[in-house]
Amino acid sequence: MRSLRSRYARDNVVLVFIILNTVAVLIPLFIILGYVIVQGFNYISLDLFTKELGSPTRNMMGEPTGLVHTIIGTAVVDIMAVLISIPFGIGAGVMLSEYPDHWANPILRVLNDTLNGMPAVLKGLLAFVLVVKPMGSFSGLSGGVALAFVMFPIIARATESALMNIPWSIREAGLAIGLPRWRVILSTIIPAAKVGLVTGFLIAFARAAGEAAPLVFTSFGNNYLPVKWTGWIFGPVDTLPQRLYNLAISPYEHWHGMGWAAAIILLAVITASFAAARFFIRDKKQE
Amino acid sequence: MSDNNTKKINVSPSALYGWLGDRIFAVSVFVLGFIVIFTTLAMAISLYYEGSEAITRFGFWGFLTGEKWDPAITMEFGAWPFIVGTVSTSLGALALSFIPAIAIAVFTAEYAPHWLSHIIENLVNLIAAVPSVVIGIWGVFVFTPWIRDTVEIPVYIWSLENAPGLTPILGNPIGYGMMTATIILTIMIIPFTTALTVDAFRMVPKEQREAASALGATKWEVIRMAVIPYSRGGILAGTMLSLGRAIGETMAVAMLIGNKNTLPFTLFGPGSTMASVIVNEFREAVENIHLTSLMAVGFYLFLISLIVNLAAAYIQRKYAVTGGRAV
Repeated sequence: MRSLRSRYARDNVVLVFIILNTVAVLIPLFIILGYVIVQGFNYISLDLFTKELGSPTRNMMGEPTGLVHTIIGTAVVDIMAVLISIPFGIGAGVMLSEYPDHWANPILRVLNDTLNGMPAVLKGLLAFVLVVKPMGSFSGLSGGVALAFVMFPIIARATESALMNIPWSIREAGLAIGLPRWRVILSTIIPAAKVGLVTGFLIAFARAAGEAAPLVFTSFGNNYLPVKWTGWIFGPVDTLPQRLYNLAISPYEHWHGMGWAAAIILLAVITASFAAARFFIRDKKQE
Repeated sequence: MSDNNTKKINVSPSALYGWLGDRIFAVSVFVLGFIVIFTTLAMAISLYYEGSEAITRFGFWGFLTGEKWDPAITMEFGAWPFIVGTVSTSLGALALSFIPAIAIAVFTAEYAPHWLSHIIENLVNLIAAVPSVVIGIWGVFVFTPWIRDTVEIPVYIWSLENAPGLTPILGNPIGYGMMTATIILTIMIIPFTTALTVDAFRMVPKEQREAASALGATKWEVIRMAVIPYSRGGILAGTMLSLGRAIGETMAVAMLIGNKNTLPFTLFGPGSTMASVIVNEFREAVENIHLTSLMAVGFYLFLISLIVNLAAAYIQRKYAVTGGRAV
């Protein structure tokens, strides 16, 4: 047995090692955030929100360029993804939690988790096969479908755990006063679990909004505003993560700056939805 | 009047509201659930089907172990370079991330005061929230030049002068390469190991710690002898989850790894992974066999992710330290 002094000394050495490791991991985070914020604010301008990108020569000619088509495109694709994924996510979550005896539930749970763990780039390939190939062109809709594949496994899992937290006695109370099952679920269980559901959406949205890999070969990208409004859905659409990738690997100095600006916009959107999710969770705990 | 009232009470709810409504609701929920099941199956089937031309032409094992990826002249395709790239970067990142991730978990769950552990946990989750393209643009403009000038070139010059045998292993110090991608991956996967490990630490019963303390163990001895062994299931599951993330991580790797399609890969030199080659070449693939080969690479990526995911789920269930997590 070693002396007590040496054991305490080892305790302190371990503590120092652990603190050093923690600091070492957090330092890169602060460096990344610092660079994105400083560089991003340097390049943010009014033109960024009002002009389209155009060809690289447009900037060399001294004309103003911006990312307005990218920002609108991101909103369009993300909203489509939300609209597509919510019914499937909620439906699967309700099936897992409210019909626990269904024979397909173990399969659904395993396959849903499998889909959640799949690399996002494969979800893009799936959307390419299912939507882009039959339609014959890259489109905003296929981007929405690809992001929906990212979102609905998360929503399904969050819905299941939110609904499971509601005690069975509430369901039994509803059934006892003669409500049909669908009414019990829609009018008592889902409203009671809405904090958990909203948190699940926000987390799913934050995950999907940052994904670029599924969009590269579904919504493809576009340097211009579409001519007609249908172009947002059926034509190639620009989105922030995919545009950021294209800007960063482009050879133009000015485009690199716009890449940083796109990075800060993207980061702001995602941190905001994560912060909102955190806020909802905290509210729930205080109740 | 009174007649009317009785009538109102006796009226049974319409079928649409009652049993028929229940049927409709249940059926629509099941349809939605089955579509989720079919989506996952469709992913496996469509990747295999779309890649089948390449797989039948080069053979299942032939494509897997083929070292040549030549979309320009001979049109010969094999996934081996990308499998080597994926396996070496993700295992490297896993090895580098393991100790720091556990250390953060120990610090937040055991040492830090409540307010500090709350802050650190949120910061670690923030790492997971930063989109991979944002980390990628930082890697391209800040990290790559820095690591090239301060680490790779000095080490390379040192090895030229002192250990010439090492230079083929090190490779060209151009910044974009396997080491850069592995380090960035390390940062990106730490949160996943840490999150599950912290959860596992918090599930350790109080008696377990108290028993160790009562025997006279110091704080670290309690953690080492009572807490870590008890939560090894959670740690293992978190590690597998991180491995899955590292295998599937696409954009940051595609931006930083340098994208070289021929073996051998070197430490500093460029390489590529299965996910990065799909994202880089898919848009530019002209020949049909090139496209189907990329789909086939996607199919093998699916198989690898599937194995890792199922292993993680199995470990998590077997040790049953934590329940399912939404994220």
